[in-house]
Amino acid sequence: MNLFQQLRLGFRSLLLHKLRSALAVLGILIGVTAVIWLVAMGEGVSYQAQQQIKDLGATSIIVRSIKPAEESSRDSGARMGISYGLLREDFERIITNVPTISRAVPMREISREVRHREHFVDGQVIACTPDYFGMTRLRIARGRALSEVDIQTYANVVVLAHEAAMKLFPIEDPLGRAVQIGQEFYVIVGIAVQRSAAAAIGGSLDARQYDRDVYIPLSTFRSRIGDRVATIRAGAFQLETVELTQITAVVDDMKEVDATADIIRSLLQRYHKVVDYAVVVPKELLEQAETMRAMFNVLLLLIAGISLLVGGIGIMNIMLATVTERTREIGIRRALGATKGEIVQQFLWETVVLSGTGGLLGVIFGFLCGPTVNGVRRAVGLFLPEVWAALPPNIRNLEPRLAPWSIVAAFGISVGVGIVFGIYPARRAANMDPIEALRHE
Amino acid sequence: MNSDRAITRGSNAVGVPPVGAPSADVVAAIRGVSKVYSLGGHQVKALDNVSIDFRQGDFVAIMGSSGSGKSTLLNVLGCLDRPTAGQYYLAGQDVAVMDDETLSRVRGRYLGFIFQSYNLIQQLSVVENIEVPLSYQRPPMPGGRERCLKLAELVGLSGRLGHRPTELSGGQQQRVAIARALVNNPHVILADEPTGNLDTATSHDIMNLLDALNQAGRTIVMVTHENDIAERARRIVRLRDGRIESVADVRPALLSTR
Repeated sequence: MNLFQQLRLGFRSLLLHKLRSALAVLGILIGVTAVIWLVAMGEGVSYQAQQQIKDLGATSIIVRSIKPAEESSRDSGARMGISYGLLREDFERIITNVPTISRAVPMREISREVRHREHFVDGQVIACTPDYFGMTRLRIARGRALSEVDIQTYANVVVLAHEAAMKLFPIEDPLGRAVQIGQEFYVIVGIAVQRSAAAAIGGSLDARQYDRDVYIPLSTFRSRIGDRVATIRAGAFQLETVELTQITAVVDDMKEVDATADIIRSLLQRYHKVVDYAVVVPKELLEQAETMRAMFNVLLLLIAGISLLVGGIGIMNIMLATVTERTREIGIRRALGATKGEIVQQFLWETVVLSGTGGLLGVIFGFLCGPTVNGVRRAVGLFLPEVWAALPPNIRNLEPRLAPWSIVAAFGISVGVGIVFGIYPARRAANMDPIEALRHE
Repeated sequence: MNSDRAITRGSNAVGVPPVGAPSADVVAAIRGVSKVYSLGGHQVKALDNVSIDFRQGDFVAIMGSSGSGKSTLLNVLGCLDRPTAGQYYLAGQDVAVMDDETLSRVRGRYLGFIFQSYNLIQQLSVVENIEVPLSYQRPPMPGGRERCLKLAELVGLSGRLGHRPTELSGGQQQRVAIARALVNNPHVILADEPTGNLDTATSHDIMNLLDALNQAGRTIVMVTHENDIAERARRIVRLRDGRIESVADVRPALLSTR
């Protein structure tokens, strides 16, 4: 018998018990689909994380101010508010003392309401230097970016992110007009291109909406808004003095990243009694993410292995029943000239048809992963908006990524499971005494 | 007819078993075959030094009460069971010493089986059932499908090729089984109570079919316990306690009539 005939025979024999065969196929189908889906989700999450980290730049080192615990802050006079974080001196020290750094950008960031007449946006005010635009690959759609001249002249100019511009100026052209931030007015000189919500732009690892940012010169921020900022948190009025929110340093060669990060750490350690800063190295995060991904994949394969094992046991169970039931057929075939090997083959093909069908259907269902996730996302967004809003952006933005290897592996393993779990029933069939088998009722 | 029957008793029936391979027109021969089973420490002799020759065109009915060893003899002849002692020559080879795989090939190549309960494979159609022995031919037999169709026509089932065994009557199922037993062009057809499950009229039809096959030169060995069925054979071999009790010629052998 050729391959096609073997498969056809297997298929027809399985059709003798449609429900039973369908259940066995279902076991494998679920296993294979689960593998593909889980791997796709895992790949989606890790891809997202890697993109975020890559956006930070593999050659960059990010130092951020962190608010220390209340009692340990630098001068905790309640009247004066607290003062913590990176200092302009730190920035100077870093760029003068660390030779491997090719560029460094200081940045200050606060939440402020930005107004134009009756329109307003609750956005982040990012005070930075012109280098910021290059470093974060923030492109300007119209007008211009901030310039050195703006910094030197303490100019009251602003660049708006896409959505901020749209909200503040639904009809008019914003270029050349003014927006109000706090008490001051700033002239709009440029509008940035639209960016989707993602993490890591500007150096934060939290995913947030970057499309409502407004960018002003760092020098202007210092003179107009100042280091001391009042915030109202949990009903309490609080003064915070922070000179810089973040310093982003970039080295030329990825090999220098670790050493440079160590120098920066020790430099900051010397001048900061309390640790009110954090050094983030995207390259390290990237490596960590790779390790996490590998561990995650191992875990998934374990789960996959277990589910396929269960499916395989189901198949073995069914094949044992089949063999017992078809004892007579086995006897007939043996009498008509089938060798033991040919009987083994016949029943093995049957299990392969069973598990292969499950595997194939599982792959088809696997491809439905993306549409299904989108459907669920849309449904949740539509019917349970509060739940949707409460979900972290990482989950809201999750795009499953089908991994080709998972499809090949899942299908291959399912067929392999069929063979492994089919051998015992098939051998049992072949080793029957033909005389006994013919007598079997 | 009965009065014409020449009856010889006991070992005289076969005479002194010749040693070595049988002559050319003997398609199957067993020589001094014994089969001993051990049941709970007891040695049971199912066959005790049995020797028979089956010539080309022979039609032998094997009779005997239950426990006489006729099933064991048929199993040995069918290469489903190996004798404890003695030789079995089939197509000039001693099959008593062959391993399981070779025996399977020998069954597929030289033997055709007809069973009491037809033993068709339920999930296969008529034509596919006839085809089953062909799938075990090494090397494959050419012109398989045409042969099956011809045989289906021969047994009068051309109109039911696509039917499943469950859609056929007992007589029709046995016809399918006979076609299946012929498809590999066997040296010997072994029939185990071929009419045991059939009514008298249908039995008659089936026996006519076997008779016609025998007339065409087929060698048939049939186990039966019905006298009128056995009468349709050329020779009747009676077994008792694992020994040949008698061999009776009912009709002259095919070769001598031509």
